[in-house]
Amino acid sequence: MALPPPDPQFVLRGTGAAVHTLHFSCGGQEPDVPILFSGSENGFIHVWNLKTHRVDAALDGHGRRSVYCVETMGSKDRLLSQGRDQRICLWDLAEGRTSVTDSVFTENVGFCRCSLLKVTQGRWLMAIAAKDLEEVQVLELPSKTSVCTLKPEMGAKLGMPMCLKLWQLSCGSQPLLLAGYEDGSVVLWNLSMGKVLSQLVCHPEPVMSLDFDSEKAKGISGSSEKVLSIWNFNEQQNLQVYKTHKLVNAGISDITIRPDKKIVATAGWDHRIRIFGWKKMKPLAVLDFHTATVHCVSFSDHKNPEERLLAAGSKDHRISIWSIYTQT
Amino acid sequence: ACFIPGGLDCSISFVSHVLGKVCVHGRQKELLSFLVPHLADLTKSDWIWQRICWQLVEGVPDRWMEAVVLGFVQRAPGADVLSRLLGNLVVKNKKAQFVVTQKVLLLQYGHKTAVLQNLLGYLSLDSLRRALLIKVLQELLETWGSSSAVKHSPPEQQLYISKAILICLSHLKEPEIESCKQELLTSMMEGVKCHLDSSLPQIRRLGMIVAESISSKINTDGPVLKFQYEEDDEARELKSLLVQTPPCCVLPSLPDDDRNEKTVAAPPLVLESNEKSHPAAPVMPDEESDAELDSDDDLIPYDMSEDKELKTKAPVYIRECIEVLTSSEDVDKWEATVKALESLIQKNPAATREVSVELAKILLHLEEKTCIEGFVELRQRAQVAVLTTDPIPVAKYLTSQFYSLNYSLRQRMDILDVLVLAAQELSYPKSHGKTKHSGAQKPCIQLLHGSDSSKDWRRIVDERIKSKTRRFASGQSQVEPVSGPNEFNSVAGHFFFPLIQHFDRPLTTFDLLGEDHLVLGRLVHTLAVLMYLAVNTVVVTPMGKALLEFVWALRFHTDSYVRQGLLSCVSSVLLSVPTERLLEEMTEELLEAQSWLGDVVEKDPDGDCRRLALQNLLLMENLKKKLTADPS
Repeated sequence: MALPPPDPQFVLRGTGAAVHTLHFSCGGQEPDVPILFSGSENGFIHVWNLKTHRVDAALDGHGRRSVYCVETMGSKDRLLSQGRDQRICLWDLAEGRTSVTDSVFTENVGFCRCSLLKVTQGRWLMAIAAKDLEEVQVLELPSKTSVCTLKPEMGAKLGMPMCLKLWQLSCGSQPLLLAGYEDGSVVLWNLSMGKVLSQLVCHPEPVMSLDFDSEKAKGISGSSEKVLSIWNFNEQQNLQVYKTHKLVNAGISDITIRPDKKIVATAGWDHRIRIFGWKKMKPLAVLDFHTATVHCVSFSDHKNPEERLLAAGSKDHRISIWSIYTQT
Repeated sequence: ACFIPGGLDCSISFVSHVLGKVCVHGRQKELLSFLVPHLADLTKSDWIWQRICWQLVEGVPDRWMEAVVLGFVQRAPGADVLSRLLGNLVVKNKKAQFVVTQKVLLLQYGHKTAVLQNLLGYLSLDSLRRALLIKVLQELLETWGSSSAVKHSPPEQQLYISKAILICLSHLKEPEIESCKQELLTSMMEGVKCHLDSSLPQIRRLGMIVAESISSKINTDGPVLKFQYEEDDEARELKSLLVQTPPCCVLPSLPDDDRNEKTVAAPPLVLESNEKSHPAAPVMPDEESDAELDSDDDLIPYDMSEDKELKTKAPVYIRECIEVLTSSEDVDKWEATVKALESLIQKNPAATREVSVELAKILLHLEEKTCIEGFVELRQRAQVAVLTTDPIPVAKYLTSQFYSLNYSLRQRMDILDVLVLAAQELSYPKSHGKTKHSGAQKPCIQLLHGSDSSKDWRRIVDERIKSKTRRFASGQSQVEPVSGPNEFNSVAGHFFFPLIQHFDRPLTTFDLLGEDHLVLGRLVHTLAVLMYLAVNTVVVTPMGKALLEFVWALRFHTDSYVRQGLLSCVSSVLLSVPTERLLEEMTEELLEAQSWLGDVVEKDPDGDCRRLALQNLLLMENLKKKLTADPS
């Protein structure tokens, strides 16, 4: 007799608008407080104190235009946010400050979230959807110099890039980029040469979100239809679909693999969060709490495994925090 | 003369005379209840006693023959006994033959089934008599198949004839059936047509059962005729008559089911649910039964049974509903709209009134796009909601459409049903904002069995009659229900008069006075209900007058369902119009009606009509008495 799914550990209310992006920063030592950053449709970034469950600060840096991506760069004091005002802002939050130290004007009016990768101490790569329709640009931060521009060949008809993931096999090796496009393809790019290494059509509809496990070289993508696609590399190092999973309702907004690579969470248009075992895509739980589309899911980076959390942000203005499968 | 042991001659004609005289004087019961068992015993094994018995009955004078034969047929415990007692009397005696083959079967219908079994079994037991059996069957089928007989003879007689036919069929042997196969087929086709034409569901069902039985007899290989109808005791009894356990069979208690399987032939066209079908339980490949061990196993899944498809939300605005119903390609939304429409209309009366006629039009023409459960009821409830929210324009629209071209009979009857349901809702006091119906009404009139709704109304009329009769011991007084204004008052006329206006004007596709007598019947019943609900309204008197004139014009209609409706109309008039108004303004119509009702009580072939007419006459008497006795 299976247990009914757990309730959220707690619910964060008060964003006042649909929540589009979430990012945890809980790896710090005491007296550091575990923090959750959330970006909302009203342009605010809220800094949530996970001990008191209250907003510690509200950052207004995107001219009240929707914030759809937040990331930290190394610590909770260095925040990166991306908004519909075509800007990427870098924040300094140390010692109670809330100032934008730098910004990048992307000239892109889409919704594609940027992807960050730390290459060495103090050096980051950031992939963003660029000004031209099918292009992806990779910048180095904090210098903001362009590393490369990835442009599909003429007639490829991939459409807009929908989601990006920068990764490297191990520290110091070549960084690679996985990009999901509007036509349903996932493309693996070689950054140094600016070339396509492999391309795979995973979905008949646009790829809404993807995530990649570099250890197992296995990735997962979701789209606006009912199927999740799990792909990996064959002997020739080409992408191949190795499994699909059919869902009850169509539409996936976000997918994220937990840092310990044990479980995967998906955010659905049907208001539900789904948890799967990553090894075999075994369905584990369906968390039905939200009353509107869930836009984003994120796992926390707690050092203590038992404290690990899952957060989900939804169009219903709420952020649900869950403690699930923390025992493994 | 006959022979008895000892070689003496004797005549028993004297005994025959006595027997005949006693029977004709009405003493069959006393005499035969003694005589028949004795004779049955004696004739069982003694052949001489059989001959004596035959001589006895053959010697009865013709003028008393009928009484004697009838007596024997009724008293005999079985066809075999009857056979021993009467011998070939029917072949030898003309009068006896007439009684057995004509009088009992075609001219009378009060006998029990056992009597029919005796009689027909008797005919089947001897080769000389079997020719009569076939002749009898032919004549029965002729009557059964005659459309005027189906229309004018009482249902009890039709049931009797049907039983007789089924029993005859059960006795016929293969070669006999073969020889008259063609005739059987022709009669069956004609007969089933007349029966299905009838407005009374009982007659239709009789026709179906008999036709099925004939078909099963003549088509022993290959598909047989199969109808769908309600299986109740009467149907089962009729069907059981098709099976005969021959009396000479010594087989001990052969269960009827086995024989049923033999008589009812090979694959029926419509599959009935049978206990033998075992739906193979589909074996679901269990994903988790993979034998491979994986470290995911330590992750125990939670219960995911609630993870089902997300339902589409229905629109929240009436105008949005109209848009979805007329043009939307999204079937999920269409379905959700149809399901939510009634409550939306009830919650948004002002918005509904703006678009009421348009909405009524859309609903009248709404076809089932997808397979929704209870679509017909959902549509009807929505129509009623629109009509009650904005009665006058919508009633005007619906009544005008009732008489328009190019509507199906189904749609016209829909209109009538919706008008009645809405009138019901409007005329009942609302309590807590919701309408409460008295226990007798069904919230949705069943559309398939037309006369069922009239049975309900008869019950209600009966109750009202009861309430109008004086009681000298009053029961517990009931709490007074919450009262409110009668919303039907202002609109009753709009429902009623347009319906009654054009009934005699035939259109190309719709002729109330001609073929479409089923719709006429429904219309008449609807008018009766509307009249009934108009009690205490201002317009009740002109309605009553108009209705009585309408009834007068149609009083000789051949369809008994229509006549029942007309009589219900009269009941409604008598119950709804205040007595003073009745007697002051409608005296002539009432007198005419009274004489017509008297005629109906005596001469109408339909039992229900007679009963209703009698009820109406009693009502009229009561009203007169009430008025003269209680002037205040």
